[in-house]
Amino acid sequence: MTATSSGSATRADSAFAPARWLGRAFVVVLIAFFTVFFVIPLVWILLAPTKSETGLNRLNGESSLSFGSFGQLAENWHTLVTFQDGVIFTWLGNSVLYTGIALLITLVVTIPAGYALGLMKFKLRRTLLALTLMVMLIPNTALVLPIFLEMNAVNLVGTPWAVILPFSFFPFGVYLTYIYFSTAISHDLLDAARVDGAGELTVFRRIAMPLATPVIALVGFFTFVTNWNNYFLPFVMVQGRKSPIQVGLAELISSTPAFNPTNVTTLTISLPQLALATLISVAPVLIVFLFSQRFLVSGLTAGATKG
Amino acid sequence: MAYAFSSGYIVLLLAFGIGPMVYAVYLAFTKAGEFVGFDNFANVVDDFRFKPAVIHVASFVAIWVVTLIVFVVLLALVVHSIRVRWLSSTSRFLFYIPGALAGAASVMLWLFMLNPSVSPVSSLLTQLGFENFVEVVAQPNLPVIFTVIAFWTGAGGWIIIMFGALNNIPNEVMEAARIDGAGAVKTALHIQIPLLKKWIAYMGIIALASGTQLFVEPKILSTATRGTVPKDYSLNQLAYVFAFGPQSDFNGSAAISVMLLVVAMGLAAFFVFRGGLFDRH
Repeated sequence: MTATSSGSATRADSAFAPARWLGRAFVVVLIAFFTVFFVIPLVWILLAPTKSETGLNRLNGESSLSFGSFGQLAENWHTLVTFQDGVIFTWLGNSVLYTGIALLITLVVTIPAGYALGLMKFKLRRTLLALTLMVMLIPNTALVLPIFLEMNAVNLVGTPWAVILPFSFFPFGVYLTYIYFSTAISHDLLDAARVDGAGELTVFRRIAMPLATPVIALVGFFTFVTNWNNYFLPFVMVQGRKSPIQVGLAELISSTPAFNPTNVTTLTISLPQLALATLISVAPVLIVFLFSQRFLVSGLTAGATKG
Repeated sequence: MAYAFSSGYIVLLLAFGIGPMVYAVYLAFTKAGEFVGFDNFANVVDDFRFKPAVIHVASFVAIWVVTLIVFVVLLALVVHSIRVRWLSSTSRFLFYIPGALAGAASVMLWLFMLNPSVSPVSSLLTQLGFENFVEVVAQPNLPVIFTVIAFWTGAGGWIIIMFGALNNIPNEVMEAARIDGAGAVKTALHIQIPLLKKWIAYMGIIALASGTQLFVEPKILSTATRGTVPKDYSLNQLAYVFAFGPQSDFNGSAAISVMLLVVAMGLAAFFVFRGGLFDRH
């Protein structure tokens, strides 16, 4: 039996050798093409800030994927950070403030809620779970204008709370926490603790919280990345110097003569400076990504296998 | 006690999930506080900008969903077939990093990639017959351009999820296929893809729902081209223009939002109530 099957496998191998070779070539070409597609823009944006406008346009014969000079990088940096009295730092500060406070609120609110949904019995549990799933599957852009209209009705538009509070609502985090607690902690353990007379608060503090580190990291990661990169919501809620960096970044386009030749203000942003601003705007997220490389590649995988 | 634990979340869910939807529905069916039936919807649909916006969004969504499904499944299968461990994990990571730029930053980056005078692939752009940036972002090209941007930022995460799902296929199943003499292509078509169906459907639905919400890409392109890409290109942009434009018509804006919400909720409900993926009870 074993001999026959292995024999046929070998026959198949040799008979399809050319096909096999073609298949390998296909794999190599495909991976190479998509690696170039995903990586080249990133390499470009890392190099662009080291160039002058002339260099970036290749008018001096430089290749677009070459390094300019540190001197030029310093010059671009200087122009960018002095633009409108360092408005870029104001925007970055706003982003830190909005995403930071939202992150705290999200964690404080989400972890106990996920715990209750995963490990406690109560009447509205199923309803709450179904609502969470529904809202989680609705793209968050779909709720931006409705939230704006609501905030407008209560006169909060233009204040930081109009950004922070909607940022703090993160149903996906509740779902992740719910899954985590309901699979990571055994009901028997909890019941034993409860029988021993421990109050629900004690059980949560002594048993659930010490085990919760991975899910806190996961929820923190997703809420930070989503909120930091959110454009639409802050765009409608806060203006000008109250904008976070992503909204500010898009505003810089209007001061870039390459896109707006009619611009009459004297202080302008060149293309390499705009590239530098783009890079700065995502630097915190990029750093978080690089440091959580292992966790990302395996973490998301683990998340996927939970279904 | 359970209510104390979930109270904070319930408040936020009511204030920023359910509340806005209810309020948007209220605004969509009223005008100056009075019930007007479907008047606001009729006004919006009759608006000369509505139909083009629907067509723009629909053509983007069609190209986007198909491209995403075909290439994510293909790449996940290929990366999964790589035996060299570091090569497989490195390529997954490289595909995923652009996700860090999701949103305004990725659109900014692609403004440069699509500008023949600074793009690293300018020879490719000129070969396709484009002399300058405005020619590249001409309206007929936009659905493809938005697909490229969305794929660049979003595909990596999905590839990792599909990869995880492929890892979940029991070894014995794959082994049996190999013993039967099935090659990589046959195994993919007859075993792996059918077992991935649930995940592919999930990805398709999420992509469809988020695709209808198109906003940041055309918004930034519109600023960068001074209107060559219209500021009411997509439905969300049009809803924005209704609320913030000269009409300042919050009811019309709410009507568009409600239509988009109905589509998104329909797709979400399909998933929640059809069970399957999220059924854990």
